[in-house]
Amino acid sequence: MTSTAAAGTDARPTQPRSRVVIRFAGDSGDGMQLTGDRFTAEAAAFGNDLATLPNFPAEIRAPHGTLAGVSSFQLHFADHDILTPGDRPDVLVAMNPAALKANVGELPAGGVLIVDTDEFTRRNLAKVGYAADPLEDGSLAPYAVHRVAMTSLTTAALAELGVGKKDAERAKNMFALGLLSWMYSRPTGGTEAWLRAKFARRPEIAEANVVAFRTGHAYGETTEAFAVPYEVAPAVLPDGTYRQVTGNLALAYGLVAAGVRSGLPVFLGSYPITPASDILHELSRLKRFGVTTFQAEDEIAAVGAALGAAYGGALGVTSTSGPGVALKSEAVGLAVMTELPLVVVDVQRGGPSTGLPTKTEQADLLQVLFGRNGESPVPVVAPRSPADAFDAALEAARIALAYRTPVFLLSDGAIANGSEPWRLPEVEELPALAVEFATEPNGPDGEFLPYLRDPETLTRPWAVPGTPGLTHRIGGLEKADRTGDISYDPANHELMVRVRQAKVDGIAVPDLEVEDPTGDADVLVLGWGSTWGPIGAAVRRLRTAGHRVARAHLRHLNPLPADTGAVLRSYRRVVVPEMNLGQLALLLQGRFTVPVESVTKVAGLPFGAAELAERLTPYVEEKEQVTA
Amino acid sequence: MSTDLGMPAVGGLDLVPAADAPQKAKDYTSDQEVRWCPGCGDYAVLAAVRSFLPALSIRRENAVFISGIGCSSRFPYYLDTYGMHSIHGRAPAIATGLATSRPDLSVFVVTGDGDALSIGGNHLVHALRRNVNITILLFDNRIYGLTKGQYSPTSEVGKVTKSTPEGSVDAPFNPLALALGADATFVARVMDSDRKGLTEVLEAAARHRGASLVQIYQDCPIFNDGSFDVLRRPDDAESRVIAVRHGEPITFGTDGRWAVVRRGFGLAVAPAAEVAPEDVVVHDATDPGLAHALARLSDQDLEHVVLGVLRQVSRPTYDDLARAQVAAAVDAGGADLRALVHGGDTWTVRDGAVTTAAQP
Repeated sequence: MTSTAAAGTDARPTQPRSRVVIRFAGDSGDGMQLTGDRFTAEAAAFGNDLATLPNFPAEIRAPHGTLAGVSSFQLHFADHDILTPGDRPDVLVAMNPAALKANVGELPAGGVLIVDTDEFTRRNLAKVGYAADPLEDGSLAPYAVHRVAMTSLTTAALAELGVGKKDAERAKNMFALGLLSWMYSRPTGGTEAWLRAKFARRPEIAEANVVAFRTGHAYGETTEAFAVPYEVAPAVLPDGTYRQVTGNLALAYGLVAAGVRSGLPVFLGSYPITPASDILHELSRLKRFGVTTFQAEDEIAAVGAALGAAYGGALGVTSTSGPGVALKSEAVGLAVMTELPLVVVDVQRGGPSTGLPTKTEQADLLQVLFGRNGESPVPVVAPRSPADAFDAALEAARIALAYRTPVFLLSDGAIANGSEPWRLPEVEELPALAVEFATEPNGPDGEFLPYLRDPETLTRPWAVPGTPGLTHRIGGLEKADRTGDISYDPANHELMVRVRQAKVDGIAVPDLEVEDPTGDADVLVLGWGSTWGPIGAAVRRLRTAGHRVARAHLRHLNPLPADTGAVLRSYRRVVVPEMNLGQLALLLQGRFTVPVESVTKVAGLPFGAAELAERLTPYVEEKEQVTA
Repeated sequence: MSTDLGMPAVGGLDLVPAADAPQKAKDYTSDQEVRWCPGCGDYAVLAAVRSFLPALSIRRENAVFISGIGCSSRFPYYLDTYGMHSIHGRAPAIATGLATSRPDLSVFVVTGDGDALSIGGNHLVHALRRNVNITILLFDNRIYGLTKGQYSPTSEVGKVTKSTPEGSVDAPFNPLALALGADATFVARVMDSDRKGLTEVLEAAARHRGASLVQIYQDCPIFNDGSFDVLRRPDDAESRVIAVRHGEPITFGTDGRWAVVRRGFGLAVAPAAEVAPEDVVVHDATDPGLAHALARLSDQDLEHVVLGVLRQVSRPTYDDLARAQVAAAVDAGGADLRALVHGGDTWTVRDGAVTTAAQP
């Protein structure tokens, strides 16, 4: 191990910890997301396994110091592989009374609480309804409270630098980061270099932040209040090279990789929407890969332009969240009818309507499956974690290109903004997505038949404008088999509806992988999307408690793996945890007529591992009571 | 079009491959049976389009017609080019994606007053604002035909239709003023029955680099018959139809009986005999104020209707600029997928040992 580069010369020994959950909480303007991101980068650079959960209000700057304006960032890092951002924090950093009030309820007794005392003014206390100062009234007695005057310590340290009062106060988040970096023996060089790069155009601000960071670090080192620094050793993950990645970034890179592997230019049509906008931002910076990004006038134009580009032979992509999907539905239907490849990214958020823009949910599943007029089958692929969004994007593109169909890539807010270590693939290991455009007439009399299908995959030829001899017209009206002419013929419509369905039903997807260590479980926990981590962690807890339980995960929601029905029928009980009111459960029961039990949560937050384990316990216990 | 505006020789078709051999209207005729109502103005436009396309001398497979929904949107089926009959109002958006990703295509949008100005109004104004290199044929019959006769966003106030039995209380759009408001770079109006004018204007529109909007007045013989008759009957048209041509004084009627003159910030019509020759407005298609005034001179009641190219100016197109940014980035190099994926702070695990990449 070469990475024990803990800064400082502290003689105190470090105490090992196997895993720690830290939550930074403050006002929306306090830079908590940035602080959390940076600590995450330090943990990643140190080689810890990690998972993060940003949690912030939809308002950019809610009124200062109010509960509505509290923004938090939770980070779980460990010396072993972990699956969730952690349930309850071990350490809570509260930058003001609002952050304390909103978060202290989740801090377990004995937890470490670090507060910025400077913000505990009578006015700030009154804003959130504290009648007495919680720092004085004994209500925080169950916690190991560290009262740190972070704001004034920061401004005092920066007094010599001549930065303005506001800029000096703003650097207090770096003080907090410095203190936490000391507490957990993080390497500090990366953060300092990052600050200097980030504020390269304003060196005085960069210097202020570096000084604030060092001041926080030194404060931990020299203050007796903090007994010893802790150390969370690097995690021993499978061999490979890793980086920390958020779901939106991994998804954007997956789309670029799909462009490279298919040899097609990527065209993204998008309209800004939380929590999907980062995909637009990332791809806009990657033009060197031949990526075109088009910020459209609305969601409909975004998908329309992507479909137009797909007609012209590009890898057409549109990215949005649930409200945008509602607007794009008609155009997705046109892609179904014209049988053109298109990737539609839905980063789900709380709904209905505008709902909870910055919170996560899985309630768009039935929308993307069935939210269109007519029989309109569309394949659906869902990533299970931030890093998996890269592979899921490649898989969505593979299906779209190979089967000439729109595909939904169903991410969610937890995946989009959460991060974890990503075991980096080598380019040559990625699937090849070779595409062949039609170049020659395919009809018996030398004519071109745009709806003459491949007998195995049922796909039609992709003949792009500019190809001589293949001029043809497509559109939303029902197409005649083979010729693609307008057809109102009843038998033809019957045929075409069934063929479009059969094409999607016939898409090759891998069988379910069932994980059942004891081999004799009779309860199956089945999940999809971002519940993968919480389900895995909860099932681990159940097994540790002696329960036998199997688990499986659906990456493809349409078509479902061919063995899904058989797997479901082979268990006495099937339980599906979902962040909705039971949409996959409804689908499975309709498709396979097997009883499926739902464990649901719609709080805008992921399941916690302990929470889910507790909720799953009755399902695994009953059998044991019966057999006892 | 013969008008030479002295603009840079960047044409709408510059990047479109030229045809190997001369073409005929017949080459552009598809095998599909045309299914518009007898007497529909769409026939005249179809004939004009089939006849002017060969004059563009581009390869037939590099012409693409994208339409929305409505009677006119069946247009692509009747041309032997590439085409897409899309969904209601969205053709400009689809065409924007296609034109941006494929500079070698000549992309046409075929739309109607309902498709372009009602359900698709947003896409129309944004395509014009962006100046995407597309040619928009806006068939305006002032009625919804395919849904059997409801009033449209260009129907006159008071119009009695199935959905307005007491007469419409909706104020109509002035489509050309709308387009000029979006800073469109090519704005024109023609009559379906004016084969020569139609051919000339459409060809100029196709050759224009940027978004061209051509409003085409046409009858719906079933639901709005004779709506433009006053512009067709010579006696009536005489005092109503104002044909403009860049660089020429704007006079009209038999022997130039009428002249267009300035009045306040706008324009008015006066008997030519009462106007000094130097007071007759000379059309300048590059003058934005004049274009607006000409658009406003056209009344919904057809008392005066300006035909011809009201505005034609050169402005960078969205698709050219977007492609240039991508091309510059590609040329600058660095498109290394492995470097992208393996970028940022990485660490390596080998046999249980963690190695951190050097910190910056």
